Amino acid sequence: MSPRVSRWVLPGAVVAVLLGLWSLAVHLGRAPLMPTPWQVVVALGELCADGRLVRFTVASLFRVSWGLLTAVVIAIPFGLWLGWSPRAERALGPALQLLRPISSLAWTPLAILWCGVGDVSAVFIIFMACFGPLTVTALNGVRKLPAVHLQAGRNFGLSSLELLRRIVVPAVLPQLLTGLRQTLGVAWMVVVMAEMMAVNSGLGFLILDARNAGNRYDLVVAGMVVIGLVGLGLDRLLRQVERLPGLSWGFPAPPPSTAPAVARLRVVRSA
Amino acid sequence: MKTAAALASVPAEVSAPRRTALTVRDLQVRFSTPSRELTVLESVDLDVYEGEFVCLLGPSGCGKSTLLNVIGGFLQPSAGEVRFHGERVRGPDPRRIFVFQERGVFPWLTVEGNIAFGLHKLSEAERRERVAHYVKLVGLSGFENAWPHELSGGMKQRVEVARALAANPEVLYLDEPFGALDSITRHSMRSELLRLWETEKKTVLFVTHDIEEALQLADRVVVMSSKPGRVRRIVDVDVPRPRDISSARYLELRDSLLEEIGLAHRI
Amino acid sequence: MTRTRRQLETFLLPLGTLALLLAGWVLAVRWTGTRVFPTPQLVLDAVLGMVRSGLLMQYTADSLLRVGMGFGLAVVVGFGLGMMMGLYPAVATALGPVVQFLRPISPLAWVPIAILFFGVGDGAAVSLIFLAACLPLALHTTGAVAQVPAIYLNAGRNFGLSPPRLFFRVLLPAAMPQLLVGLRVSLWVAWQVVVAAEMIAVDSGLGYMIVDARNAGKRYDLVVAGMLLIGSVGLLLDMGIRNMESLRWVRWGFREE
Repeated sequence: MSPRVSRWVLPGAVVAVLLGLWSLAVHLGRAPLMPTPWQVVVALGELCADGRLVRFTVASLFRVSWGLLTAVVIAIPFGLWLGWSPRAERALGPALQLLRPISSLAWTPLAILWCGVGDVSAVFIIFMACFGPLTVTALNGVRKLPAVHLQAGRNFGLSSLELLRRIVVPAVLPQLLTGLRQTLGVAWMVVVMAEMMAVNSGLGFLILDARNAGNRYDLVVAGMVVIGLVGLGLDRLLRQVERLPGLSWGFPAPPPSTAPAVARLRVVRSA
Repeated sequence: MKTAAALASVPAEVSAPRRTALTVRDLQVRFSTPSRELTVLESVDLDVYEGEFVCLLGPSGCGKSTLLNVIGGFLQPSAGEVRFHGERVRGPDPRRIFVFQERGVFPWLTVEGNIAFGLHKLSEAERRERVAHYVKLVGLSGFENAWPHELSGGMKQRVEVARALAANPEVLYLDEPFGALDSITRHSMRSELLRLWETEKKTVLFVTHDIEEALQLADRVVVMSSKPGRVRRIVDVDVPRPRDISSARYLELRDSLLEEIGLAHRI
Repeated sequence: MTRTRRQLETFLLPLGTLALLLAGWVLAVRWTGTRVFPTPQLVLDAVLGMVRSGLLMQYTADSLLRVGMGFGLAVVVGFGLGMMMGLYPAVATALGPVVQFLRPISPLAWVPIAILFFGVGDGAAVSLIFLAACLPLALHTTGAVAQVPAIYLNAGRNFGLSPPRLFFRVLLPAAMPQLLVGLRVSLWVAWQVVVAAEMIAVDSGLGYMIVDARNAGKRYDLVVAGMLLIGSVGLLLDMGIRNMESLRWVRWGFREE
């Protein structure tokens, strides 16, 4: 089978088999409340029809955007500074290290205390989730900057500020983009969590509410499907941005994460 | 023409008939990319005799590395065949070991570990003895427990050669092994390689783009042309060893090779 | 800059920052006149109280146990899955899209399903952790296998290694540093998720402590104490794995060029 065809057929077959097993499991009555794939599809239709799909997705995206944006504006300069100044890193590094592993979810009580229940809380939680990764990305980007670039810059008489603007920022841009894409993935995961605790709209809320308000597990799974698809879409979108010619000079285009590798142990490459 | 005259061999004394180690017959290698078909090698015929040192010489991209990979069994040809002692080559084999540039050294093993790599069939004692012998042979005594990243390029290359030799192959393939080294190191590595070759008496197939290197090392030089890759000419290097690189014959051969490849005498 | 000065700085700067942050904290509490948010002193008292009552140990142990089980399972499945995908392109093509699709789905979105199958309790928490850690681990493993230079594998085959031997003597050692990175990243995720899982699905552990402290009496001193503990344990776990990077057989992969 030609590679192009198998790209669709193989995963398609796997998905079909999984869906089949799923249906079978439900029919066999092992989990009484679990919906069948078809019921999920119907639920998706329901969500589309009453507009909740669009509204909730937009709400979730809205929160992600705000959380991510504030994090970008604050964390990236902060990270650049930490990477640039060893003294700053020595001073603030340990504190950062201690606060980073604190799951964004653990910030929820404080978020609610400070911001009440609502959008601000959710955005705050997302901000906290994005802050660490973005700072670290910027920090590493600056650290890994080849000294030769900075030397060349100084050779041409650039001031520190100009150095920053004309050399450091363009040089770390590709890495920042990759970090941004990964952080977006995190933010998308966290928004769902945040919505389960702190607000009353959005995809996360949908899942929790659907279950609490009537064991509508078909809606639960439908919500999960939408979350998966949107998350995937966001990731793909940013990968495309990473590949833009003006931005992709730094690294070869990142391969799709499960690009088929050569069958390593067996092959003799045929001409 | 000067070239033909210069390259015509001085008639050699009749010697005992040599055994053929490798035969390549009508080899063809084609790659098809989505945009087009590329013929990398075409109609390559070659015989390599036991104990010989043969160089594949040609500019970058002429297919000499591809040819070596096919002969080594890492690549399947589109047409034609390679035979080793009469049997068809179907894949890599410990009797014919490939030496890559120093990046072939395993970074997770020490020098000793690397050299011992192919010796898993021997007993512990035999292995130790073999490793010690080859560490000494390539001049790395004292570095047995060093890690590859602590070594220079030349030293890593020697580890790789030692690793290959320790497995006692019949044939050694070397694909521009000194390419990443500076020219001074390269010079001394060449003498060392010849010393090892004369001691171990292996058949060697060596790929290079460096005319001087080919002339200094080889018994015969296979000059290749590119696009598509073919054998242009096979030159007998009849300068006696150890080679005097200022001798008249050497310079004659060098000039005619330069001409053959189409390079100028003056820069 | 002299050596002693640098050593002093390495010590004093973070301490100085810490002092500043604590001072800022105290001031903020005073200024806003909050009755609820604790001062550093109160947090410290809360921590000591927990140590004395033994709850600290128990909750931390509970959280760690869940992580251990979920992560352990994830390592086995994720590693195996990632290996299969890395070695056999057919598997990667077949399963890749499914994995890609499942990955952005927040572990918490699985909570209702997990509770449906396992009920509220350890089972749900462990399954959530498993899910959260398994997929990144699989993808990292695939990546680790893919980046092994073909030259090593060719050399291995040249020396007459059979495929199983090739796997253990060449592929695995060569991929080890990257596998370790994947392990570290997935453990990180697992630790984050255990907290989230505990907030919802069980009744012990550090995550539970935070939620319970707030719900059962607005004990924000316990909340903050819990947060700091979560941060510390997470940091220790991460440092633990980082230390593995200097082990003899992977050290080569982590040198700064």
